[in-house]
Amino acid sequence: MAFFQMKKMILAWTFRKPVTTSYPFEPRKICPGSRGRLDVKISDCIFCTLCDKRCPTQALDVDKANKKWRIDRLRCISCGYCVEVCPKKCLTLTGDHGIPTVTKEMETF
Amino acid sequence: MIEEQTIIGVMPEMLVAEARKLCEQGYRLVQICATRLGEELQMDYSFDLNRKFVNFRFLLPKTGGRVPSITGVYFCAFTYENEISDLFGVQVEGNALDFKGNFYTTAMKHPFIQDAVPASVPAPAKPGVQ
Amino acid sequence: MGHRTIIPFGPQHPVLPEPIHIDLVVEDEKVVEAVPSIGFIHRGLERLVEKKDFVEFVYIAERICGICSFIHGQTYCQGVEEIMKIEVPTRAKYLRTIWGELSRIHSHLLWAGLMADGFGFESLFMHSWRVREQVLDIIEATTGGRVIFGSCKVGGARRDISPEQMTWMLKQLEVVEKEMRLIVDVFMNDDSVKHRLCGVGVISKADAISLGAVGPTLRGSGVADDMRLLKYAAFGELDFAPISRTDGDSYSRCAVRCDELFQSLDIIRQAAAKMPTGEIAVKVTGNPSGEFFSRVEQPRGEVVYYIKGNGTKNLTRFRARTPTFANVPALVKMLAGCELADVPVLVLTIDPCISCTER
Ligand code: SF4
Ligand code: SF4
Repeated sequence: MAFFQMKKMILAWTFRKPVTTSYPFEPRKICPGSRGRLDVKISDCIFCTLCDKRCPTQALDVDKANKKWRIDRLRCISCGYCVEVCPKKCLTLTGDHGIPTVTKEMETF
Repeated sequence: MIEEQTIIGVMPEMLVAEARKLCEQGYRLVQICATRLGEELQMDYSFDLNRKFVNFRFLLPKTGGRVPSITGVYFCAFTYENEISDLFGVQVEGNALDFKGNFYTTAMKHPFIQDAVPASVPAPAKPGVQ
Repeated sequence: MGHRTIIPFGPQHPVLPEPIHIDLVVEDEKVVEAVPSIGFIHRGLERLVEKKDFVEFVYIAERICGICSFIHGQTYCQGVEEIMKIEVPTRAKYLRTIWGELSRIHSHLLWAGLMADGFGFESLFMHSWRVREQVLDIIEATTGGRVIFGSCKVGGARRDISPEQMTWMLKQLEVVEKEMRLIVDVFMNDDSVKHRLCGVGVISKADAISLGAVGPTLRGSGVADDMRLLKYAAFGELDFAPISRTDGDSYSRCAVRCDELFQSLDIIRQAAAKMPTGEIAVKVTGNPSGEFFSRVEQPRGEVVYYIKGNGTKNLTRFRARTPTFANVPALVKMLAGCELADVPVLVLTIDPCISCTER
């Protein structure tokens, strides 16, 4: 009779610490190499617009004439395609996943 | 090469009879799909038996095409047949479970044979232009 | 004859994370007929190929489904590579195999949790998802994404797994295996679980074939058909035999998935042991011209992509037939004749993924 097969597991877990954390008071542990927020080292950027052309979600807008590099954070899907195509390697995906926002805004560099 | 794929041309009138032959041999219906090629629709009926892939193919005009339903042989074809009639406007005759164009809720009729997105559907704007 | 009533089930229902609607014709407590309707969230993704070039489209293919995302990307890439006659480096093939199996494990654990929740076993649900979390951590560490892996591209893989990571991953999987054994033991042996699953929703072998069922739904009915036998990716070099059960009821489908958890672990270990060194991607030049039906085994069953290119950078046609779409007729058949209270369990035994059904 396999009645309540789970009793051992449940009993064991009664005395263990919970696996969940009290986010946001305790920030989440992020694995190295996680694809998160896109960061640009704007001093290296040559405004070649390659990243703008390749981005699958059109999150980027690079203005060659005015030397402006803009990103719509809510559109970016952190795919990393722009990071791969950038000739100056000035783009990186950081492990940090950004903060919540209530407005749709372009961030300008 | 992952696998051999046999593509056989079949006349629409012979479709049900040919499908029945495969059904009797134990083939499973894999999928039915339509592809728009300019002014024509290419219909594909795929079957599989122990990973042997067989595909029936014929062409239909872009609008007003009619095909017989194979739900009498493979009941499961009703999902695919409703799909092609909703998205491509192909008339399927004798579908055992006909949703009469209500299988998918689409903003426009037969979206997959339209040339381009009509002006009434706003295109995704470039960032900043919203 | 009793009085017939039509009970609408869905699109909003506690057991359904995604919208599907089924009209249940019931006579007393027995379901006589079920008429499904989908289409609440049809996205028309297939036509996006006309806008995005074939290299970018892999990101869209991955987003067809949030659970089997990697395998969607893999199916797409394999299809395009087949058309363009690209020979993918062996290491990339092994990487794809490992990630594919990891996503199978996480998908089956997700299903186990939903299933437990479906028959009202809340703590089993929590524990299944706790174990799944560890698998997700492995996925995040190796690919950078938790559900959208983004690590497959036309011509190979976008990331490599370093030897240290591989050792760490295998060590983690040992832990996961122990935990999974405990959970599977509950699913397979607990009386209350068996009471809900045994003999419910029987699909015979002949029915499963003629209804076009795929994946665990087909294998649970005694047909040992698995697309991994096509030997795509590294499956040609690994030892693998499909799992099947003969009863065709909910319990068999459940058992197939539970056994596949350990089978996937075994495949990962074999692949890790045999993994060659070398390049992980080749350069892709030119545009695809030709057509191919790309078939790959997803956690839910066989997925079929029809890819047709005409030599330009945009494909002419991309068509995805996802496993749930093929399993809907089997579900309709199962529902006819069942008890009303079993409907949620039966809907869950095909592991429905509605969003991928409605690309
Ligand atoms: S690809 Fe790199 S260098 Fe070119 S515009 Fe983008 S960030 Fe700047
Ligand atoms: S990470 Fe992807 S989505 Fe985000 S800006 Fe770069 S290319 Fe665009």
